[in-house]
Amino acid sequence: MGKIVAVTGNEAVANALRQADPDVCSLYPITPQSDIVQRFSSFVSNGQVRTELLNAESEHSAMSAAIGAAAAGGRVITATSSQGLALMWEMLHIAAGMNMPIIMPLVNRALSAPINIHGDHSDGMGARDTGWVQLWSESAQEAYDNTIMAFRIGEHMDIRLPVMVCMDGFIVSHSIARMEYLEDAEVSGFIGPYQPKNPLLDMEHPKSFGPLILTDLYHEYKRLQHEIMGRVQDVVLQVSDEFAKLSGRRYGLFESYRLEDAEIALVILNSAAGTSKDVVDEFRDKGIKAGLLKPRLFRPFPYAEVGQALKHLKAVCVMDRADSFGGYGPMFMEISSTLYQAVQANGAGAGPKLINKIYGLGGRDYMPHDAGRVLEELHEIAGGAPVRIVKEYIGVRE
Amino acid sequence: MKKWTELEPGTVILEAGSSVRFKTGSWRSFRPRWVPENCIQCLMCWLYCPDMAVKVADGKVAGFDYDYCKGCGVCAKECPGKQGKKAIVMEAEGK
Repeated sequence: MGKIVAVTGNEAVANALRQADPDVCSLYPITPQSDIVQRFSSFVSNGQVRTELLNAESEHSAMSAAIGAAAAGGRVITATSSQGLALMWEMLHIAAGMNMPIIMPLVNRALSAPINIHGDHSDGMGARDTGWVQLWSESAQEAYDNTIMAFRIGEHMDIRLPVMVCMDGFIVSHSIARMEYLEDAEVSGFIGPYQPKNPLLDMEHPKSFGPLILTDLYHEYKRLQHEIMGRVQDVVLQVSDEFAKLSGRRYGLFESYRLEDAEIALVILNSAAGTSKDVVDEFRDKGIKAGLLKPRLFRPFPYAEVGQALKHLKAVCVMDRADSFGGYGPMFMEISSTLYQAVQANGAGAGPKLINKIYGLGGRDYMPHDAGRVLEELHEIAGGAPVRIVKEYIGVRE
Repeated sequence: MKKWTELEPGTVILEAGSSVRFKTGSWRSFRPRWVPENCIQCLMCWLYCPDMAVKVADGKVAGFDYDYCKGCGVCAKECPGKQGKKAIVMEAEGK
């Protein structure tokens, strides 16, 4: 069995990367992620991993190098945050389009301007459409577990996709929490040796990556990419099931918290879900049937399953720690689509009333009373009060 | 043309040398013309050609492969020529 420790989220993730013993790590530091690659560099210097370290001159170069190393036939990692992810943007699409199973912790941080180093989800949500698999994590333990599972998911021969493992900057990355490590041998046994697919370094079989593909075949390649993304959910469930047998910790596509008999619920990602669960308990103690859904696999989004889990509710608030300016919050758009489909398929009833709150941008604290006010509003809506406003900022000075 | 179900994931071409079937000469708006009397056989054109469109036979320049030459003009630019006279000159297509 594993060892119980008190570590930061960054330390936990760095150790998951060490236990995976990648062939190549291309890196460029950025707050609040730097701590991961700094710790990983020490593992390289101390001979604890076989990894070749590439110090790139930018995140764009770090992702470019990662793609090259993955095409060559190696298990490849990098890590980033915020502006770093933004700078990688064009290469993110290339990593996914070329089916390169690069594993990248993303320590979620706000985007400029104004410049801010603290946690929100603007960076990860901006990378939503790049073709990467996204796993989101509430705690250091979840970030560690998701990182280990990410190797099995991304490297699965049915999909071969890059995977982003998200956790909240500072709130999780720099806070010390209790968690449980698996033994090195358990992790290496679980992940297994890297199996390259069509490696460039296989000189007996020369090949070309990155060809120009125009109107005659581009549409077909995107259709294939869509198909592969459709296989991810089963792979995630299969890998999570095996991981549960190893660790005793069970993960699904999302976490349902007191949702089955609930009338109102929050949909919320990452660390703020922890705070919210406490408040859900308080409402339950008051006799109000509150619940919570915390997505884990955000891309591909498990629409049918989330719809099934939410469609019986009277009122739902989707909490977004990012904004799509001129649109609703990015998570709200998913849940709204999910529920429309679920209600249509159901053929009866209007489904839950739906509201959207934008909270916690740039690391603004999300307090229990914030969750309390939202649940109170949902309770009123469930009782017949009209929806006052669909999208609203909370925790903001008015 | 292949259906999407017949494609190899990762936009990788597993057949070596298949680009010979992709003739790019029609992209050309200027064509290089070789002037043998000014050529010192330095092979700089062959070295610089971003494609493989400079034909060489027995170690000597033997003209251009217009199936693949896109008319970029790098060969003409790099050609040192003889006594100030270029051995490669670019001429507009269709003239």
